[in-house]
Amino acid sequence: MSGDGFRSRRRSAARIASLGFGVVAGLGATPCQADKHPMSYLRGFGTKADLEMQLTWGVLIISVVVILIISALVIMGVLRRRVDVPLGLGGRIPVDRSKPGLSWIYIGVGISSAVLFGTLVWTMMTIAGVSRPPSVPSVDIRITAQQWWWQVQYLSDGPSRLITTANEIHIPVGQPVRFELISTDVIHSFWIPALSGKTDVIPGQTNVTWLEADKIGRYRGQCTEYCGAQHAHMALFAVAQSPAAFKSWWDHQLEPAPQTSSAGLKHGEQLVVYHCGACHSVRGTVAGGVVAPDLTHLMSRATIAAGTIPNNVAELSAWIADPQDIKPGNHMPNLYLSGPELSDVRKFLITLK
Amino acid sequence: MKVQLQRVPEIGTVAEAAQLNLDAIWRTEPGIGGWLSTVDHKEIGLRYIVTAFAFLLAGGVEALLMRLQLSRPDVALFTPEQYDQLFSMHGVTMIFLYAMPVLSGFSNYLWPLIFGSRDMAYPRLNALSYWIYLAAGLFIYVGFAMGAGPNDGWFNYVPYASRTYNPGSGMDFYSLGMIFLGISTTVGAVNFVVTFLRTRAPGMSINRVPIFAWGTLTASAANVMVVPAVSLAFFLLWMDRQFNTHFFDVGQGGQPLLWQHLFWIFAHPWVYAIVLPAMGMVSEGLPTFCRRPLVGYTPVALSTVATMLIGFGVWVHHMFATGLPTVSLSLFSGVSIIIAVPSAVAVFAWIATIWTGRPRVTVPFLFFASTIVLFVIGGVSGFMCAVVPVDWQLTDTYFIVAHIHYVLIGINLFPVIGGIYYWFPKMTGRMLSERLGAWNFWVMFCGFNLAFFPMHLTGLWGMPRRIYTYPPGMGWTMLNLTTTLGAFVLALGILLLLLNIAISLRDGAIAGANPWDAATLEWSTTSPPPSYNFPVIPIIASRLPLWEDRLNDTASRSSLNEGYILAHGRETMAIRAVDALPDMILKMPQDSYAPFVLALGMTGGFAGLLTHRWWLAIIGGLIIFGALTAWLWPEVELGEQAEAKRG
Repeated sequence: MSGDGFRSRRRSAARIASLGFGVVAGLGATPCQADKHPMSYLRGFGTKADLEMQLTWGVLIISVVVILIISALVIMGVLRRRVDVPLGLGGRIPVDRSKPGLSWIYIGVGISSAVLFGTLVWTMMTIAGVSRPPSVPSVDIRITAQQWWWQVQYLSDGPSRLITTANEIHIPVGQPVRFELISTDVIHSFWIPALSGKTDVIPGQTNVTWLEADKIGRYRGQCTEYCGAQHAHMALFAVAQSPAAFKSWWDHQLEPAPQTSSAGLKHGEQLVVYHCGACHSVRGTVAGGVVAPDLTHLMSRATIAAGTIPNNVAELSAWIADPQDIKPGNHMPNLYLSGPELSDVRKFLITLK
Repeated sequence: MKVQLQRVPEIGTVAEAAQLNLDAIWRTEPGIGGWLSTVDHKEIGLRYIVTAFAFLLAGGVEALLMRLQLSRPDVALFTPEQYDQLFSMHGVTMIFLYAMPVLSGFSNYLWPLIFGSRDMAYPRLNALSYWIYLAAGLFIYVGFAMGAGPNDGWFNYVPYASRTYNPGSGMDFYSLGMIFLGISTTVGAVNFVVTFLRTRAPGMSINRVPIFAWGTLTASAANVMVVPAVSLAFFLLWMDRQFNTHFFDVGQGGQPLLWQHLFWIFAHPWVYAIVLPAMGMVSEGLPTFCRRPLVGYTPVALSTVATMLIGFGVWVHHMFATGLPTVSLSLFSGVSIIIAVPSAVAVFAWIATIWTGRPRVTVPFLFFASTIVLFVIGGVSGFMCAVVPVDWQLTDTYFIVAHIHYVLIGINLFPVIGGIYYWFPKMTGRMLSERLGAWNFWVMFCGFNLAFFPMHLTGLWGMPRRIYTYPPGMGWTMLNLTTTLGAFVLALGILLLLLNIAISLRDGAIAGANPWDAATLEWSTTSPPPSYNFPVIPIIASRLPLWEDRLNDTASRSSLNEGYILAHGRETMAIRAVDALPDMILKMPQDSYAPFVLALGMTGGFAGLLTHRWWLAIIGGLIIFGALTAWLWPEVELGEQAEAKRG
């Protein structure tokens, strides 16, 4: 489609522009730095982020230029015009207003106003450009933000294909995705800087936003509206995949937890149902709680506790043993499991791939 | 002595006035009684400044503690709750208990002096405003000291501030403390507006008012209008928390965004209110050191007012990410961009003043001139935030933290310290050391920029604000370490200021009436000024009375040595607001305990409301009633009541 061609041309232009700007401003926006700065928005990876990024660089450069000009004017003015006669302790010193100086105001304010007006026009055009996606979104996702994690539900394929996961959003690359944002408690803000600016998640209202990734990858995001003790540990990730990989991921997520075979695993399952099931769900078992992350495919996710720690066997054990130590104040209580119990719980959980 | 309600005021010379014992009429009695009852604007102004600086130091220590926690990734010096209270108290302290009160202090001290008057229009109200400010500040700090400080940031969004998510009394201390403080701000603002309109020296028509006064006038007029919004918001929150009303309760149809609108309708104008008077100081100081009148007095005065007027219409730029309709975002974005125009007027007026003058580089000049640069840095980052799609990225990151600190330190703290260097000789009779002052300036300037300039990049690289810690690998580590170092250098600069003040109070050079050879009226009286400010009320003929001979703009001259004597008790001259023709003699009140007692009663009342000890609230109410009765009781000396006929 010609629209796609247009978009990709615009994106590469933006990339070149951002590279150039990076050199100019000395801030760097080269691709290799994206990994060093996972939360940077000086470089965009999608239609919406690109438009926002271009405008960001635009006003940033205007701002830097203004600062340089004004600083130079002040410093030059002081150095060129100063008189090294100390002032202080009285005495009458000449006063002179032979130069009116008003033209400084006329010219300075005139130029400033023109730049401001130009920015205003660019702003309005960008708002119009990002206010809705270029095509009908292919995927509908409901994000339910809560202290201090993100529930992710895929709505678009009808009830039979509804899945619920947490903190990790898989999206197909090159397609706009629509998000419905709701909160069950306080205000949060949904933000994946490389893909889109923020949209607040406010209890009592449903905000809608969209984004589109144009490159396969893993993009970090984080809650940016202060929401309480663990606001610092409320990250999320968008995983942009090829449409085929995305579909197989979705298919896999629809499957329930595997049947437990050994006695140890069965015991682990019982413990999980007993200790965790009031809050967490594991589809395929009796655990059906809805106030905490769905664990059916726990091990398919790369982090635990909304990006707080990596998801591996050691960290998982530490988390279950003492979640309050790792994320003080979070809503998962310490369970006081014995060593053998912890071991069985862990054995069961790591089968949830 | 019989009170004459109708008389023609005598005109006399300073020498004649010296024969009368004006000091006996105006001075405050020494001792604790005088200390509690004084209504002298100079005393109250100094108290405001000293108290605000004490809060500045407290807020600064809070900031340094936070910077320790953020100096490296995953530091656990404080628990999340402790950190949250620290950043909340830091914001509350700096914005509400330092930035505005310190400017009120300067205005209180300086206004009657720059206006050629003997006191503010309502001296007792002035004392009340100070006592309430002190009490409200302590009220909030008592909560913090007991571990019940606010923990939701200075803008305190609901529903996190509601009782469900925030049990405990921290929010109640904050809510009632803010309502309490709002009374102080409001009565102070009313006093400034009336003082500006009515008690300037005769002849100081509206186009001859010193430019500093325009800043405070504009800020005060704004405060009168917007403080009710925030007082209401905090009252509704307190009702929700204590009496289960549902203003912000989502489950019952309440609206979290209602809080944000009420808060920002207040808080955005407030941000201008805490910089406009400081910009006025720069406009006052630069001409003195550049040896020429300010370029563009009229455009600068008008742009001050314009900033405030436009400033009423930009509050939604704090809410660009809340999901408001695109049309409303576009409108508020436009207005927020346009508000840069009046700011540009001030900036270019200052630059023109330097370029067309002959600057003498003194310490106050350094502070004032550096303000221009810091103002522009804080200004352009604000302009970036006005651009909606950019703000969606910038908002709630450290970019905003950098922006607000360039605004508040750059356009409040720097001019205020410049103002201290500039007016300290007037206030104390002694000069501050220029040598130590230069160290003070450069350490502060370097520390400040080291701390906050890299913070822009911290924000652009995506660090959210208000997080108590951060993981490694985000690219934020070195930047945060730099900021922490810079913060400590900045703190060292503040210590140098305190050191300079301590040394100079004892050993500073004697200043004389007009050490800077400045142009405005405060420099025509002795340093420090006598209790009555001026032996005679001067009659003004130009904008810069002390430079008239040298500028030689007009044939007429201000009369500083001969003017209205006004010595039938405490009196000053009231004028007509615009043309400044003498209108009436104002009878001014004596020192009074009523303001102090009234503030005490209010403190008791608020403490009663806080703790649900209704008997205490009632006692507080009775004290308030008693103090008001004493205050308002008609007095013969003030012409409020005729003398009783005998026989």
